[in-house]
Amino acid sequence: METHISFKNFTLTIDGKEILKNINLDIPKNQITAIIGPSGCGKSTLLRSVNRMNDLVEGLHYSGSIAIDGNNILRKDEDVIALRRMAGMISQTPNPLPMSIFDNVIYGPRIHGLKDKGEMHHIVEQCLTRVGLWNEVEDRLSDPASKLSIGQQQRLCLARSLANEPEILLCDETTSALDPISARTIEKELIELKKDYSIVFVTHILRQAKRLADYAVFLYFGEVIEAGPAGEFFTNPKDPRTQQYLEGVFG
Amino acid sequence: MNSRKVEENFFKILMVFSLMVVIGSLLLVFAIVTYKGASALSISMITQIPQGGYYLGRGGGILNAIIGSLYLAGGALILGTLISLPVAWYLNQCKRNAKRVTIIRNILDIACGIPSLIYGAFVFLVIIGLSQRTSLFWGIITVALFVSPILIRAVDEVMQTVSTRLKEASYSLGATEMETLFHVITRQALPGIISAIILAFGRAIGDAAGVLFTAGYTDSIPTSLSDPVATLPLAIFFQLSVPFQEVQARAYASCIVLLAIVLLLTIISRIASKKTARYVIK
Repeated sequence: METHISFKNFTLTIDGKEILKNINLDIPKNQITAIIGPSGCGKSTLLRSVNRMNDLVEGLHYSGSIAIDGNNILRKDEDVIALRRMAGMISQTPNPLPMSIFDNVIYGPRIHGLKDKGEMHHIVEQCLTRVGLWNEVEDRLSDPASKLSIGQQQRLCLARSLANEPEILLCDETTSALDPISARTIEKELIELKKDYSIVFVTHILRQAKRLADYAVFLYFGEVIEAGPAGEFFTNPKDPRTQQYLEGVFG
Repeated sequence: MNSRKVEENFFKILMVFSLMVVIGSLLLVFAIVTYKGASALSISMITQIPQGGYYLGRGGGILNAIIGSLYLAGGALILGTLISLPVAWYLNQCKRNAKRVTIIRNILDIACGIPSLIYGAFVFLVIIGLSQRTSLFWGIITVALFVSPILIRAVDEVMQTVSTRLKEASYSLGATEMETLFHVITRQALPGIISAIILAFGRAIGDAAGVLFTAGYTDSIPTSLSDPVATLPLAIFFQLSVPFQEVQARAYASCIVLLAIVLLLTIISRIASKKTARYVIK
């Protein structure tokens, strides 16, 4: 197993309160890692540490390190813009930008300096095809993104992340606002995508974690209780708290 | 009847009554203005400048004041928007200085309550200090100063309603704060920003006190920024103060013209808001 993201003694506090406690965790390359745990246990905060989105939070402090391909991204002089480009994020509810479908997909490449129209069209077609949306929208690319259905909007957001040519996809309960059919479509696409991207998927739905995960992490009150290959993790958990959570005793 | 039903009915009646008071008095104003002014309204009134003895009942019109008001309010709005947008951006961008932002917002709220006359008096002192004459230029400065706090707070409020999710979407794609501000927040807030500008235009064109000391008054149409300029509210005031009925009727006719301009602007702003709302995320 090749490690892509590596947390070492990572502790995160907000206004002095410990949200994540001494996290030591290796996230494998080109696999889907599911982070499970009850609501409020710090799953999203852990995910948002990887692309430094937590920097926007007031009173935040962290120690330890998070290395991507061996490079500590918590350094003060880390290029956060390049980092966020490399680690795309898909949020819980779709968040299309107030512009056309085309402009949504090309937003990232455009702010990063792409000017060539032909190249833009190529990227838009490629990314929308990749998420299975191209055939549904190719004749209305200039329509507002908000006109799409919720499921389509989430696939658009996925395509928008892919347009940035990331290496990592951070999914924060990405399907929880969607109907079961749209959710299934996204799941299928993620399984397709894992050969090219390392995917970290936060969810509190156990069945979904079982369907998707190659590697699983159980987070409880800001601590990593257990982490391991999915097969072993779900069939033979070592920690009693993981066993209880998987059995549905709490959470 | 139980007390909950009484309460329900009381508030329903209160709502309808209040609505009738507000709309009723507004309609009454329109009715009186139209009744008193319609007979004096003529083509020459809106196409000619005052001729000799206009204020004694002779011929001419108030084109000087119509054009003057449009120049003044238009200029003030351009200037006001140019300084207000960056301030609104600052207030929305500067999250790490929440305290400072609150103080600035409070100062602006106070500034919104200052009568335009005070701004006029202030600019008047500047004019005297610099040994200048009253002119279109100083009128524009005064009105821009007076509408800016209103404009800033209105735009600021609209921008604050832009959801964090949208901003985060932009940041997470690697956008900087400025890119997010220009491409996402401003774009999402655009229909509201247009409404705010038109609201400010209404305030600007209807203001009389601020320009009283600073813009001067003239019977001709200004040809440069250093010329004095007439405005509709002052034209109405001067005509109303003349003790001749036909001149007073012209004052009411001028009111009709002012109301028509404001109505036209409102319609334009509605259309513009609707057009720009196409891409807004609801």
